[in-house]
Amino acid sequence: MAMPAAVSRSATPARWQDFVQLLKPRVMSLVVFTAITGLVCADRPIHPIHPILAAVAILCIAVGAGASGALNMWYDADIDSQMRRTRGRPVAAGRVQGADALALGVVLSLFSVMLLGMAVNWLAAGLLAFTILFYAVVYTMWLKRSTPQNIVIGGLAGALPPVIGWAAATGSTPLNAWLLCAIIFMWTPPHFWALSLYTSEDYAKAGVPMMPVSAGAASTRKQILIYSLLFTPLCLVPAFTGLGGVAYLAVAGLGGLVFLVLAWRVFKSRAGDAADPRQDDGLYDVKAAAKDARNLFAFSILYLSLLFATLLAEHLLDLPALSKVIP
Amino acid sequence: MSDPARETEGEARARRGRNIALALGLVLFVALVFVVTIVRLGANVAQQPF
Repeated sequence: MAMPAAVSRSATPARWQDFVQLLKPRVMSLVVFTAITGLVCADRPIHPIHPILAAVAILCIAVGAGASGALNMWYDADIDSQMRRTRGRPVAAGRVQGADALALGVVLSLFSVMLLGMAVNWLAAGLLAFTILFYAVVYTMWLKRSTPQNIVIGGLAGALPPVIGWAAATGSTPLNAWLLCAIIFMWTPPHFWALSLYTSEDYAKAGVPMMPVSAGAASTRKQILIYSLLFTPLCLVPAFTGLGGVAYLAVAGLGGLVFLVLAWRVFKSRAGDAADPRQDDGLYDVKAAAKDARNLFAFSILYLSLLFATLLAEHLLDLPALSKVIP
Repeated sequence: MSDPARETEGEARARRGRNIALALGLVLFVALVFVVTIVRLGANVAQQPF
């Protein structure tokens, strides 16, 4: 396994905000949101989890996600410094030393897993440890630099937080928990490939074999459509397994249709085909052909957020599942 | 030429900020372990047969 190349050190001293940035707060917020959804959806009316322990569980999951982000930034500093989207990251920009990012990642990983295990249960802690290791070692150190399937397989790390939340609440991981995991897992390829269709130049420059770089834009557009055709029906399933209600079915169905239309437009477009004559600072200034890819990328975030928000709202408001409305 | 061993004002401010953040993190962690212990002990006591 190759060690990351050294990144030149900036004259600016590291501020505490740089260390917060190492934890990828935006990714962390999505992880927290899906983990809360898993925790709340795990109905356990007889012995519900203590609210303080639930909050500790979510905090541990968030810190664990942040730790894997720090490990990712430590290892990928050489790649990050070559891409416009990531060159401002603390290690890539030289504001934080790689060794400090590594130390922060390892310490926070150990603390979050141990605290989750001792405070809540060891199934949730084990799943959190697996998630951190999978993201930092399997995805970051191995898959990302070696295969165009990197985000397909690596997407498992991002899909596990609702299962960890569910395990924290109940000590078990039933089919419905894994269904939430499967939805995020199947969402990841069309989401990331839509993004990579209009940032493929950066990935190519950094030597990351993202799908448009190694298989070409046309193949990527076709695979986006195939994954979308598998993903959108999967989103309907929770309505028939006692997890989602009428509102969920409506959001999943209507949103799924929009998702499919946008994926079809990407398939028919020429997104990612030609070199993109962008200005150096205009990261997302995409040309007309890539607009369809950008629309799908933006809608994919909205759609996943809506799905989980609807599930969360239905369970918080104690609305009946579809199977109880229509027996 | 400036002395490399001498800390500039910006470096001192950044170091102070990092130290305060670290101290707050440690205090939060201690408080968290304390609260978790109380909650877990309370639950165990409540479940104990008398």
